Amino acid sequence: MAILVNKDSKIIVQGITGSEGSFHAEQCLDYGGNVVGGVTPGKGGQTVIDGKVPVFNSCEEARAKVGANVSLIFVPPPFAADAIMEAADAGIEVIVCITEGIPVNDMVNVAEYLKGKSSRLIGPNCPGLLTPDEAKVGIMPGFIAKKGRVGVISKSGTLTYEAVSQLCGVGLGQSTCVGIGGDPIIGTKMKDLLEMFENDPDTDAIVMIGEIGGSMEIEAAQYAKDNVKKPIVGFIAGQTAPPGRRMGHAGAIVSGADESAAAKMKVMRDCGLHVVDSPSEIGLTMKKALETVKV
Amino acid sequence: MKIHEYQAKEILKKYGIPIQDGIAIDDINQAEATIDQVATDYNTNQFVIKAQIHAGGRGKGGGVKFSSSKEKALENAKNILGMTLITHQTTDEGQLVRKIMVAEALDIEKEFYVALTLDRSTGQNVFMISTEGGVDIEEVAEKTPEKIKRIHINPGQGILPFQARQCAYALGLEGDLFKQGVKLFMKLYKCFVDIDAEIVEINPLVITEQGQLIALDAKFNFDGNALYRHKDIVEMRDENEEDPTEVEAAKFNLNYIKLDGNVGCMVNGAGLAMGTMDIIKLKGGEPANFLDVGGGANVETVKNGFRIILSDKNVKAVLINIFGGIVRCDRVANGIIQAVSELDLKVPIVVRLAGTNADIAKELLEKSDVSLIAAETLEEAAEKVVAEVK
Repeated sequence: MAILVNKDSKIIVQGITGSEGSFHAEQCLDYGGNVVGGVTPGKGGQTVIDGKVPVFNSCEEARAKVGANVSLIFVPPPFAADAIMEAADAGIEVIVCITEGIPVNDMVNVAEYLKGKSSRLIGPNCPGLLTPDEAKVGIMPGFIAKKGRVGVISKSGTLTYEAVSQLCGVGLGQSTCVGIGGDPIIGTKMKDLLEMFENDPDTDAIVMIGEIGGSMEIEAAQYAKDNVKKPIVGFIAGQTAPPGRRMGHAGAIVSGADESAAAKMKVMRDCGLHVVDSPSEIGLTMKKALETVKV
Repeated sequence: MKIHEYQAKEILKKYGIPIQDGIAIDDINQAEATIDQVATDYNTNQFVIKAQIHAGGRGKGGGVKFSSSKEKALENAKNILGMTLITHQTTDEGQLVRKIMVAEALDIEKEFYVALTLDRSTGQNVFMISTEGGVDIEEVAEKTPEKIKRIHINPGQGILPFQARQCAYALGLEGDLFKQGVKLFMKLYKCFVDIDAEIVEINPLVITEQGQLIALDAKFNFDGNALYRHKDIVEMRDENEEDPTEVEAAKFNLNYIKLDGNVGCMVNGAGLAMGTMDIIKLKGGEPANFLDVGGGANVETVKNGFRIILSDKNVKAVLINIFGGIVRCDRVANGIIQAVSELDLKVPIVVRLAGTNADIAKELLEKSDVSLIAAETLEEAAEKVVAEVK
């Protein structure tokens, strides 16, 4: 089962004829994922990856012809917002946008467009999704993960890999690893994923890795306090980050909340999360947390 | 990206928003003629000389001076242009004033605060408006948060007239000033969206004794991701206002921020880079920098990374922490070997490579004759590098 993607997901890659798109489409295919097509406007009818994957002109066409329900986006920043909205319009259920550098205003419009649509967006500017042994929809190195029962949620790419590798090191596999992205506007927030993992019978515990800035970790922790029974191990990167020499102060006072690592970690602890000070303690802390649950 | 006050005001003016006007100069020999020009253009014999640096808090630092005559204005211009201004937003060394704005002086009756930015939690743009203008807004937010009114704008419809009226009511504006306010808020929102600003801050927005609503100051910060569609704004960039090492690093696609410690770090990915700094600190060390080599770590990026880290003379040891996903560790290892031999590095270097091709990388490092300290885990790497500087 896991969450969001599994072996039955029918994956298309938007921007499949670009260098990034074709490279990672092949990687996802090699991992065993069900990559059923690609989309590049104007290049419909071609095939890529040794003739294995058909290219369509639009998401709508890909949905109609091969029943695509998951899309992975590698479209360059100026066109990425349009690609997301096209996928949503075609009724693609899970849209994973890897593209880094999309203008904030474009994403504000995307967020507005997605309201009331059934599509779920992951990212942008994220490493994507990995359900070990089933499907990789993104750029995470598949070989570091193994199948298991811990869900992973992370704002950061390589720090996710670090956490996954520590989990494997203590004998804990993963149900699904989700890189949510670090941009100001993202499609799916930590709180949404906590809810999905809590409801997933294949997940026993959750790792949640955040960063300084924004208030998403605090919202997630407050949600977890009353709604998540599974143990959560949390880490916030940036305890030593200096307060930015920002020009204006408006950004900092929007939420009226303290967005430092210390403040977030305190709220997370108060809400019952297992918060680690060091990023090297994620694996062991999870192991201990799970042992306590069993007793 | 940030710009100067005079540049921000040029943009506001283009959008029909009334500003305190003036002329910016970078040469003191132009001062006298400029003061005459401002006197004629704005029919005034009182001026404000304003230092143009990107950091805030210029007034308190002595970088903004009211001048009651042309002679005073010239004297203040001479004092401010070329001074080193230290404010709470500059480094301790301060910032050299390379430009000043000779502005018309206004008779001010009231000061307000107006800002427009993104509210990340709602995904909408939000006006923040306060009757407490001209002061440190963070203090207002802390002590009297009820005095900051927030008005969210739905991006689909953009600003609606009733929302502009809400903004004007929030400032207690009446009569003609109310009408001026409504127009100003409508225009300001359009400006904010058009130019892909991250933050637009007008502090203060003032009412003059003549009954005009005017932007006395303006600070803009732009979304770096959107600059590709704003060539005119890119031209306003002033690299003198940025940290030279950070500018240099950006040329090589490296994201570098200098800190005060002595343990240099080279890491791929911003989150892991911050996490690495955190663990160094937890092990009793002090990170000297944040450096994200990004997804394209190769020989060149590693070499440039070393150069930039070691341009900081406080660095006594370097920790390289790479978790390869797309990045191949063997390429990074080759980069390290080449850089260490070419750059004649004197400081101890602790290397931790994990992920894609980490085994090949370890072999490469072992076979090479460069002296490195290898570490398997993040924990071990941090302990080893801290031990080197103790």
